[in-house]
Amino acid sequence: MFRPTTIAVAMSGGVDSSTVAAILRAEGHNVIGLTMQLWNQRRLAGREGMPEQVTGRCCSLDDVYDARRVAEHIGIPYYVVNHEERFERDVVRPFVAEYLSGRTPIPCSLCNNHLKFDQLLTVAQQIGADCVATGHYARVEYNDAGGRWLLKRPADRSKDQTYFLFGLTQEQLSRTLFPLGGMTKPEVRERAREHGLALAEKPDSQEICFVPGGDYKRFIDAYLAERGEALPDTAGELVTASGEVIGEHPGIHNFTVGQRKGLGVATGSPLYVIQINGADKQVVVGGDAHLYSRTLHARRVNLIAMDDLREPMRVSVKIRHRHEAAPAVLEKIDADEVLVTFDQPQRAITPGQAAVFYDGDSVVGGAWIT
Amino acid sequence: MAPFAAPFLLLQAIGRGIRQKAGRILEMMRRIYLDNNATTPVLPEVLDAMRPYFGEHFGNASSIHHHGQETRAAVERARDSVASLLGCRASEIVFTSGGTESDNLAISGLTSEGDHVITSSIEHHAVLNACRHLEKMGCDVTYVLVDSRGLVGPDDVRRALRPNTRLISIMTANNETGVLQPVEEIGRIAAEADVYFHTDAVQAAAKVRIDVKKIGCDALSISGHKMHAPQGVGALYVRKGTQLQPLFHGGQHERSRRAGTENVPGIVALGKAAELAMQGFERGEDEKMSALRDRLQRGILAQVEEAAVNGEGAPRVPNTSNIYFDHIEGESMVISLDLKGLAVSTGAACSSGAIEPSHVLMAMGLRTDRARASIRFSLGKQNTAEDVDFALALVPEAVARLRELSPV
Repeated sequence: MFRPTTIAVAMSGGVDSSTVAAILRAEGHNVIGLTMQLWNQRRLAGREGMPEQVTGRCCSLDDVYDARRVAEHIGIPYYVVNHEERFERDVVRPFVAEYLSGRTPIPCSLCNNHLKFDQLLTVAQQIGADCVATGHYARVEYNDAGGRWLLKRPADRSKDQTYFLFGLTQEQLSRTLFPLGGMTKPEVRERAREHGLALAEKPDSQEICFVPGGDYKRFIDAYLAERGEALPDTAGELVTASGEVIGEHPGIHNFTVGQRKGLGVATGSPLYVIQINGADKQVVVGGDAHLYSRTLHARRVNLIAMDDLREPMRVSVKIRHRHEAAPAVLEKIDADEVLVTFDQPQRAITPGQAAVFYDGDSVVGGAWIT
Repeated sequence: MAPFAAPFLLLQAIGRGIRQKAGRILEMMRRIYLDNNATTPVLPEVLDAMRPYFGEHFGNASSIHHHGQETRAAVERARDSVASLLGCRASEIVFTSGGTESDNLAISGLTSEGDHVITSSIEHHAVLNACRHLEKMGCDVTYVLVDSRGLVGPDDVRRALRPNTRLISIMTANNETGVLQPVEEIGRIAAEADVYFHTDAVQAAAKVRIDVKKIGCDALSISGHKMHAPQGVGALYVRKGTQLQPLFHGGQHERSRRAGTENVPGIVALGKAAELAMQGFERGEDEKMSALRDRLQRGILAQVEEAAVNGEGAPRVPNTSNIYFDHIEGESMVISLDLKGLAVSTGAACSSGAIEPSHVLMAMGLRTDRARASIRFSLGKQNTAEDVDFALALVPEAVARLRELSPV
């Protein structure tokens, strides 16, 4: 029997979350639309190197306007909740700090862990909602045998967002709905049209929501300048894998593992960043072959499909969002550290990114690459 | 329990379910509005007074023919009423589009480049941002601080005076706390120093008696929609003989102080609202309002621990109570109450509609978490004791729920 529940939908003003709200409303649930105000796009606008006009997508007034119009159209209460402080503390500052230590962060995962499925879930419960629904492409299932909530890949593999969701706890998963998990993007747009949503054809957003134009270096400069903090001097040497100094670089935050352009040295064969040593500010470069590695270490482990890794396990592992999961053995080597040994060496394993472990369609868990 | 009670209770529950369902469909939920400092409903008498000026009496008040004469007379009658409310002459009233325009007209209109202006840190954004604009245009502005009760100290204003001080702008009543400022003392300071004194009385007008002579101000702003007239009309009192630069350039309306065809229905409504306010004072409605507010405030504080009034100990307008509830998020409180049919507010909404911690409460020295945990209840003429009871039934329960689910 259908049991209507009170569901808070995290509405970004995009097609996916708008369609989620429309579907749940049509099913007869009590739906409350919530948009998180996370970052003031105008804050850094016009600072050196930053665009004068605000065109960023997330948290822009246009998106709030779109979300509000959808809420009005489908007849649900709608509120904007302010989480700018937490977003800055838990996402923006770590994002800047990671780059300045020579790592390549994933702000979307931090936002999911600390904002969408933490703060927003709290607000949802406070205002009387039983759970939060989002427009993520992923599936949540309860596994009776294991007694655990599972996170699974969606029907539309090309839209799979499980990589960004590996940090969800059992408690969070138990109160989360991903209504688009069984649908493809074209189907979602079709449903949006059926529900008469004016934004059914709105393009997808790709970039990091608070970094307009995707230029994170300028963002870091402008952010630190606004905070009155000096950009730490992370300039140093450009060295080869054998330790030979071949040049200098302006700062480690300008580099990411696998990067080829912007090294400022001319050599016969293509050079890539193969490692960044934050401690001695060295950027290590080498040929393509140096980028491949069979192992990785990762910390701050979150397990979803089980409560502990008691013995080594065959899994497939994604090391970045657009990476094809590769077969590997996963083993616990310390209380909060795992070792992943791939069957085949993988290209450009990047500290700061997440390693997410899959058993078929199911997310076993994940951890942060060190 | 008697054996026959169970089916009866079941029927009752089903009935309740149907009623709830029907309520959702028909939007029959009882809604009580206690956010009258944001805006007020237009009173029926006010609506009746303004209605003929949309159709029947449609003339341009500047026209020389019958139609123009009709509306001109109505505008001037309204001017008389507003002047009576403020204790000034009709010729000293300039009709505007609302409080923000009145504030900007006074602040820009009384200053020029190189002047010094004194205002306070708890002003409405209409004043604060008009002053920030003056800073960009080559003026100096001093923002005097307030004490923990939200009161501006007249001595602080006096100490801020400089040889080139041209204007003091301090509000009569604060919109968030309702705290009444010592405007008469500040008026005397301004007179002694021979500087202009403007006061934003948007939240005071029609709530407390106002006499511009007693205040000793040169300019005073009011807004229609804060006193049961519609949105889009307001007025500025400008003392006779004061040189005021207009904001708009156009025709010679409002004695060349505010160009633009008069908003006749709005002005008529403002005049009517002013009359009703004066009658209200005669009937002691302000005291009744105060008693209703105190009942709400006492009722909440009696049921909820770790809560207190912001601005306690300071004189306040009779309709406002701003209360902090420790360990809650005001935003969640406002949403929870709205979903149950009670409209209140917290802080100030930014352009997206998200809530930012109140600059007024922060200026009073409240911790950020307390500023965030503060809720403003503001009554209007339409509110009844039943409305207050409705709030008293919902608020303690909402606070308890939020505290139970508080992450801190």
